[in-house]
Amino acid sequence: MNVQWYDAEAGPLVRPYAMTGGRTKPGPHGVRFDLIALVAVEPGGADAATESLLGPEHRSLLGLCRAETQSVAELAADADLPVGVVRVLLGDLLEAGHVRVSRPVPAAQLPDERILREVIEGLRAL
Amino acid sequence: MGRYGSDAGPGELPEPARGAQPGPGATPARVPAPARAPAPVPAPASEPEREPEPEPEPEPELAALALKILVAGGFGVGKTTLVGAVSEIRPLRTEELLSEAGELVDDTGGVDQKTTTTVAMDFGRITIRSGLALYLFGTPGQDRFWFLWDELSQGALGAVVLADTRRLQDCFPAVDYFEHRGIPFVVAVNCFAGARTYGAQDVARALDLEQGTPVVLCDARDKDSGKEVLIRLVEYAGRVHTARLLDAVGPQTGPV
Repeated sequence: MNVQWYDAEAGPLVRPYAMTGGRTKPGPHGVRFDLIALVAVEPGGADAATESLLGPEHRSLLGLCRAETQSVAELAADADLPVGVVRVLLGDLLEAGHVRVSRPVPAAQLPDERILREVIEGLRAL
Repeated sequence: MGRYGSDAGPGELPEPARGAQPGPGATPARVPAPARAPAPVPAPASEPEREPEPEPEPEPELAALALKILVAGGFGVGKTTLVGAVSEIRPLRTEELLSEAGELVDDTGGVDQKTTTTVAMDFGRITIRSGLALYLFGTPGQDRFWFLWDELSQGALGAVVLADTRRLQDCFPAVDYFEHRGIPFVVAVNCFAGARTYGAQDVARALDLEQGTPVVLCDARDKDSGKEVLIRLVEYAGRVHTARLLDAVGPQTGPV
């Protein structure tokens, strides 16, 4: 019988680490993706043929980045994947040269006065 | 070239997304992964065989700037509400995957018997202009997730500690946390209907705040009120930072 034995309550059918091949950290370069690191598609990175070889989660992340440069946190929310998993998958995409990542400004050189002023004015205008 | 080896060349994914067995050599065990150290951004593909050389700067055209602000406070004090009130996107929830031990498990050995759990964080975004955005993160409330705060507060511009005067003690841990780490924060008193109102001074005294830490009365549901809180925070963070720069640099000013 085709009784549906799983439902939303049961949680995802694929365990998170299955999507990453058991890995819990991004690949060889050990890049730590900050939650607000911005991820953009590398222009001319993945052609259709290469992309078709990627797994579904890799492709969906690429698709999201293609639509708009996005932060790691947004990608995780939109792809409905835990951040830990997204980090590993992004590591693959970065290694393969499909995406580029901007790292957030280190704290030590954080607020340039001009930028803070811009932020304040931007908030006022909101 | 090993299938999982760290020498997997650029241009190929180390492994397919699904179905790969995490073998013993399966990866990043050997990667020191210095979470905080300035890890080099690896060179993007194209050049085939080259030993990994540190790439000093992120690409200039991606000079988009993202600033992070944390929203902390006790359970039910209105963190999610505040993030939602000022964010231009619907507040998103993102989940961090954790092992019970409170750390991401390492890949070799024991993955299967460790139970994982997720903790959700709210976040929102305010775009100031193209290429400059504020991201707000509601910190997970429970103390046992504090190590997540460490990551969140890394590089944060500052924090908003939401307080409810009926349960002021709930925000003590957040105040302590940010004070100890020298992260600029403002205390925003969420004025719940029916709660007795106190002056900002009273709250500052009750919390034993360091001199100068702003206390703002707010309504977390109200966008303008939320904006005002953020503006006060950014102003204050700027003052704190400038003071630190001057301290560090001495008489000669200028960027470090």
